[in-house]
Amino acid sequence: MSNLTREETEALIAEVLEVYPEKAKKDRAKHLAVNDQSIEQSKKCITSNRKSLPGVMTIRGCAYAGSRGVIWGPIKDMIHISHGPVGCGQYSRAGRRNYYVGTTGVNTFAEMNFTSDFQEKDIVFGGDKKLAKIMEEIEGLFPLNKGISVQSECPIGLIGDDIEAVSKKAAAAYGKPVVPVRCEGFRGVSQSLGHHIANDAIRDWILDPKKEPKAFETTPYDVTVIGDYNIGGDAWSSRILLEEMGLRVIAQWSGDGTLAEMENTPKAKLNLLHCYRSMNYISRYMEEKYAIPWMEYNFFGPTKIAESLRKIAAFFDDSIKAKAEEVIAKYQPLVDAVVAKFKPRLTGKRVMLYVGGLRPRHVIGSYEDLGMEVVGTGYEFAHGDDYDRTIKEMGNATLLYDDVTGFEFEEFVKRVKPDLIGSGIKEKYVFHKMGVPFRQLHSWDYSGPYHGYDGFAVFARDMDMTLNNPCWSKMTPPWKKVAEEAEPVAKAA
Amino acid sequence: MANIMIQRGAQGEYVFYLPKRDLEGTIVSMEFDTPEKWGGEIKLNNGGAYFIEPQAAPDRLPYSVRAKRLDAAE
Ligand code: SF4
Repeated sequence: MSNLTREETEALIAEVLEVYPEKAKKDRAKHLAVNDQSIEQSKKCITSNRKSLPGVMTIRGCAYAGSRGVIWGPIKDMIHISHGPVGCGQYSRAGRRNYYVGTTGVNTFAEMNFTSDFQEKDIVFGGDKKLAKIMEEIEGLFPLNKGISVQSECPIGLIGDDIEAVSKKAAAAYGKPVVPVRCEGFRGVSQSLGHHIANDAIRDWILDPKKEPKAFETTPYDVTVIGDYNIGGDAWSSRILLEEMGLRVIAQWSGDGTLAEMENTPKAKLNLLHCYRSMNYISRYMEEKYAIPWMEYNFFGPTKIAESLRKIAAFFDDSIKAKAEEVIAKYQPLVDAVVAKFKPRLTGKRVMLYVGGLRPRHVIGSYEDLGMEVVGTGYEFAHGDDYDRTIKEMGNATLLYDDVTGFEFEEFVKRVKPDLIGSGIKEKYVFHKMGVPFRQLHSWDYSGPYHGYDGFAVFARDMDMTLNNPCWSKMTPPWKKVAEEAEPVAKAA
Repeated sequence: MANIMIQRGAQGEYVFYLPKRDLEGTIVSMEFDTPEKWGGEIKLNNGGAYFIEPQAAPDRLPYSVRAKRLDAAE
């Protein structure tokens, strides 16, 4: 199907909005837009970071998910207590596939679920004693942990527990950082506020406390990777590129990351920020406090990788710049091979995206490098500054949808008829049943990495594997096919 | 009153960031911009205007400062 014109896209949005009651329609209309590259400020065309409408299907998570699941969870040598009832932590356990090295249960803990398992009596009488006891148990059972964070679930804020007091006492007793995080799920409109709260907690409890500085030898080439959660090994395939160009990565935030790395971050020369949405707060803070510049980069697809490597190298001397060129040249044959193999199979295919923090705009380059086109994109929990950065990346007259509802997304897909959808687990099976090829772009569908040159090869293979899978031609049951196929048979006879 | 962070953009212009509302943009004009006296009324490219108590210019940017909203964009 050819692409929609601006008028058609506008008509499509109007048509989809038609089913809503007047008030809901007015609200949702602000979140749907036709992209116009001439707009400088996204707020002129799209509203974001607002409370979802009651009654619609939203795909958003909660502040606890943003803090425990995204930011703190992957810090592997700390223990993160899901403080409250057991479900919040257990049902989300290990869902994000943050890879790490270490022996789980001995010196690393990222895949485990620690919870205070609140019962009725804890709600009635408060859970502070229980929290202190859990910390004691943790110290006994897992002595190699480097610190503890307390991730508040909804009830903690409701019953007014003083987790700060418990944490301070424990920190003094065990001589380790114990970080209370006020990320109760009801705060804010989405997981986005959880990211912010988690950033602030790192600032207040990890970076700021005055401790005698640990000995750390710096080099002029120290950088950090911020906002890469090592989904399927993403941070690793990014890190090797930086190391090959002569930089030293002294910290990974927070995929495969450690407490010591976070503590050392203020000594870096440059903070490299991949996921802007979830960690721009701490990067801005370090820029002001420690005068560390930060830079957004994008390691999806060879075009963006080369662009980013050059941009990173520009912060350093000529030797780094030269090596960056060497790295780009070194991987060119790999890129050429991948493109030669997969581009003919994927070219001209149209993709719709609906993901979280950075991917709705970052992965566009990957698709374009394979000759594919992104015809619609949207964020679960973006803010205005994310859409500012998206407008230029997207083609004119393509669809933008913020906090899209289940109904809207399905209707858009029915009309736009993309060849591939990239979104999350909650959307996956709906679209499978509609017969549309689908890739999970949160967890890479049990695959990955997708960052870096190595990741691009995996990405291209996965997209081809999904899109050109023969199963999609088997979606129409035989009894419905009869009418179409009967004709040639009749002619032959 | 709101906290805003002021820094330099790529072209040497002042860039503001409003953490509360995740607003980024450029500062079109600043009333006082000398080392001794800095701040005053600032105009943003989104049409908003803020007032920063005139003060000595910060040694280093970015710099967070409290500002009074005179005329908000929207
Ligand atoms: S909203 Fe509250 S109860 Fe639900 S998962 Fe988040 S923290 Fe748990």
